[in-house]
Amino acid sequence: MAHDSHDSHEYIPEIAVDRNGKEHVVQGWQGDFEGAKLGFWLFMLTEVLMFGAMFMTLSYYFTLHHAEFIKASSELDRVLGGVNTVVLLISALTMGLGLLKMRSGDVKGAKLMIWATILLALIFLGVKALEWSNDYKEGIFLGLSTMQAGGGKSFGELLFFGMYFTMTGLHGFHIIIGIGLMLWLLKRINSGKVSPEHHILHFNIALYWDLVHLIWVFVFPYFYMTGAGGAIHG
Amino acid sequence: MSKSYFDETHCAFGHPKSTFMQWMLTIDHKRIGIMYAVVMFTFFFVAVAAALTMRFELYAPGQQFIEAHVFNQAFTLHGVIMIFLFIIPGIPAVFGNIVMPLMIGAKDVSFPRLNWFTFWLYILGCIIALSSLFNFNIADGKLVFNFADTGWTFYAPYSLNTDTNVVTTLVAAFILGMASILTGLNFLVTIHRLRAPGMDFFKMPLFVWGIYATAWIQLLATPVVGITLVLALLEKYFGIGIFDPAKGGDPVLFQHLFWIYSHPAVYLMILPAFGIMSEIIPAFSRREIFGYRTIALSSASIAGIGYLVWGHHLFTSGMSDVAKTIFSFLTFFVAIPTGIKFYDWIATMYKGKIVLATPMLWALGTIITFAIGGLSGVTIAMIGSDIHLQDTYYTIAHFHYAMLGGVVFLFFAGIHYWFPLVFGKMYNETKAKAAFYILFVGFNLLWFPMFIAGYLGMPRRYFDYLPEFQIYHQISFWGAIIFVIGLVFMFYTLIQGIRKGKPSGVNPWNATTLEWHLPSSPPPLENHTKVPYVDFRPYEYHHGQPVVKFDENMKRID
Repeated sequence: MAHDSHDSHEYIPEIAVDRNGKEHVVQGWQGDFEGAKLGFWLFMLTEVLMFGAMFMTLSYYFTLHHAEFIKASSELDRVLGGVNTVVLLISALTMGLGLLKMRSGDVKGAKLMIWATILLALIFLGVKALEWSNDYKEGIFLGLSTMQAGGGKSFGELLFFGMYFTMTGLHGFHIIIGIGLMLWLLKRINSGKVSPEHHILHFNIALYWDLVHLIWVFVFPYFYMTGAGGAIHG
Repeated sequence: MSKSYFDETHCAFGHPKSTFMQWMLTIDHKRIGIMYAVVMFTFFFVAVAAALTMRFELYAPGQQFIEAHVFNQAFTLHGVIMIFLFIIPGIPAVFGNIVMPLMIGAKDVSFPRLNWFTFWLYILGCIIALSSLFNFNIADGKLVFNFADTGWTFYAPYSLNTDTNVVTTLVAAFILGMASILTGLNFLVTIHRLRAPGMDFFKMPLFVWGIYATAWIQLLATPVVGITLVLALLEKYFGIGIFDPAKGGDPVLFQHLFWIYSHPAVYLMILPAFGIMSEIIPAFSRREIFGYRTIALSSASIAGIGYLVWGHHLFTSGMSDVAKTIFSFLTFFVAIPTGIKFYDWIATMYKGKIVLATPMLWALGTIITFAIGGLSGVTIAMIGSDIHLQDTYYTIAHFHYAMLGGVVFLFFAGIHYWFPLVFGKMYNETKAKAAFYILFVGFNLLWFPMFIAGYLGMPRRYFDYLPEFQIYHQISFWGAIIFVIGLVFMFYTLIQGIRKGKPSGVNPWNATTLEWHLPSSPPPLENHTKVPYVDFRPYEYHHGQPVVKFDENMKRID
């Protein structure tokens, strides 16, 4: 959605005159900050619907297999999941601070904050990998014989873990995309294409990152916390 | 002669010298629209060929030319191409791109590069969708295709168990869905941001309203089917269990998630088509459209209500009676705004100076065919009759009367209407009208017998049938032959028009909307040289003449 200013199709300001001789500025597609913002918000809406459909599926099966879902949830690692939640919340903070710095003209500070966000995102992925490999050792992973029909697990547990790997997996995929976007953003900042005067790309990537952490804020309680009571009382 | 958009263009990157690369990299909305049209109609004919193959096979009971499983692949191929490659991108991708920015006085869409990217995403989806067609082998001297045989709906659990190549088709449908989302997003922002000064929402042409309502459906419904297809893929290859009854999963859930998108999708197809109708009727009646606001708002309410009716596809799949009743009731509701539109169009023609040019003929023909398609839809919205008619030829006839006789007929109407705008030339009207009559007769001969056959119990998607249904299949067959002849003749006429047509001038139809007030024909690269201030309604006629006139600087002079 960003565009180069040196292109041949540069915006030439235009005025439309009404019958009373009053002048009205014609909005061009070039450099339309509000338009780019609106476009990205709409794109975020599609992400919400995509995850919304999965949450709907999840809650449908939760109502069908209530007790089994709680049992399955109690088997997840709340410490690692909780650490990841904190890591992601801090990364949302660094991302937001970076945008504030960019707006106030502190490009160097903004870049530092983006690097911090990338680092936190990598930590998140590392913890996630650790968690999944622990699950794997305990026989909880897609494709294992324990996860097949008749492999010793109830319907509710199978569905819970199926959705768990699907949703945390797709969320992790969004984190990876986010890291890619941030690296691209740094490249564009370095080449001067993103600057305090023209920072819509930074704005939109920050918006994306906010949504990614927001999805996690719903994923975490739904998967990890529903069984928390079960874990305490055995 | 002034330069048109055929002579120069803006590119996504670089400044290529060759004409070919200039087309491949173009970000001009008009060129992108034309490329969509070329690709889409190429695939359209592939799907027509698949359908014709089925008609040949069904000419008599028993096996004729192809084997049963090839027949299953043929209807899947027909459905996948027609739905995902042709009619879903359909009118928005072609006329939404070419005409919508012109109608609102914009230089391009809001994100021209995204538009370029979207087009290539669409091409990628097409390639993946059809790749498995070429994945065939020869066993026992027979061709064995690996194309999906699930039907375009991919119902679980069969789609999860079949050995054919469902994966490419699912991935392709997902990618095409993304392209559709991005198109809708681009149009929504364009309509919100780039309208000419003074043009508020109720001064927009009604086609723009149709595109606007459609764009919301593209944006809000497509992600749901996208994730459903991803879940089906994960189910097939990783066994996540949610559609697999062996693991407690629910196959009916797949149907729900699928139709949450795929039912609004039919409104996504028809709303821009209704928009074309709303352009053509006033232009060729030389009369201001009757009930502008009701047509505009009925588009919005069809989009809204259409979101809540998906359950009527599941009346026989296992759903509570309460849910069935609610879905049936809501489905009836969609007929109300649709009916409002029909009455408005007819009221527009009343006391108008009707000009029976080719686009108007198509529009009038559609009023008949879509009325049949729409009203037969109401009959199967009733739970009782639907139990009898579900999965029969009756439903197939209804669907094709609504989609082919509604969307595609109006698409053809739009092609004939905006042809002089796009190419600056005019096709041979006599031949084009003859093509309409051939297609209209062929269409009704092809589809109407299916209402009767379906009512008598002929099930859809069957390779074989009882001898008593033969007469209906044979009438359909001859209808199909006439229809295909008409199609070929129509496209021949249009192509001759592009090659040898006489210059049409800027406004050959005496129409009022902004796309007919361009400085030259075909339009220049950046559309209107000057953007007008819009303080008029889109269809103002007085005594059969357009009211609003502009000088060369787009200032009103009336």
